[in-house]
Amino acid sequence: MSVKLVYFAWVREKIGKGEEEIDLPAEVTTVGELLAYLKTLGEEYDEALKFPEAIRVALNQEHAHYSEKIAGVREIGIFPPMTGG
Amino acid sequence: MSLTLHIAVQHEDFDPAFEAVRLTEGRPGVGALVQFTGFCRDEGGRLSALELEHYPGMAEAELQRIAEDAVGRFSLIGLSVIHRYGKIMPGERIVLVSATAPHRQAAFDGANYVMDFLKTAAPFWKKEHNADGSHGAWVAAKDEDDSARDKWVRE
Repeated sequence: MSVKLVYFAWVREKIGKGEEEIDLPAEVTTVGELLAYLKTLGEEYDEALKFPEAIRVALNQEHAHYSEKIAGVREIGIFPPMTGG
Repeated sequence: MSLTLHIAVQHEDFDPAFEAVRLTEGRPGVGALVQFTGFCRDEGGRLSALELEHYPGMAEAELQRIAEDAVGRFSLIGLSVIHRYGKIMPGERIVLVSATAPHRQAAFDGANYVMDFLKTAAPFWKKEHNADGSHGAWVAAKDEDDSARDKWVRE
């Protein structure tokens, strides 16, 4: 499955890019599995995603839990806790 | 009487007085207007600016979801939420929430609710620019913001 990943704030800075299109292995089916898989892609991913409690994920621009399925999702946002307002 | 709901995510400044007129003009059912404006602080001279990053598309969608929840929960007549992004200097406005209702409690609560959820769920992030030119840090999320949000769930 091919999916667009978009990164924000210090997740974006640590990974070194704002977005990318990647092909996911078939065994990656949930948000949690996606994060675990991304950590294997390189040191910068491992560093950015080191603390799962500090990572938020959105599926098609809606907040999602780590247990949610990602099948059919077009865009996955990965970012730190929000600090707007 | 139809509901007035206005959501905007923009770099440009906004005018609280204009939003007040938007929500009250020709609305004789409005008995209360509450506005909250959030500003960029200089933290005692330490900061020269804040850089506001946002998730385009999701920021608008999330503000819309929060706003619709608030309208339903507090039976608001009107609600306007405007959030800026980009580089913002100390003293400049960052966010404006304007809520109208027949009575003051719903307007106060509606504006408060929107701010509490906006802080923890709307995809915006602040990076500090230090006045002394040193490398600025990303602002860390605060536990008290989570607590402020959670009080609405407990009630």
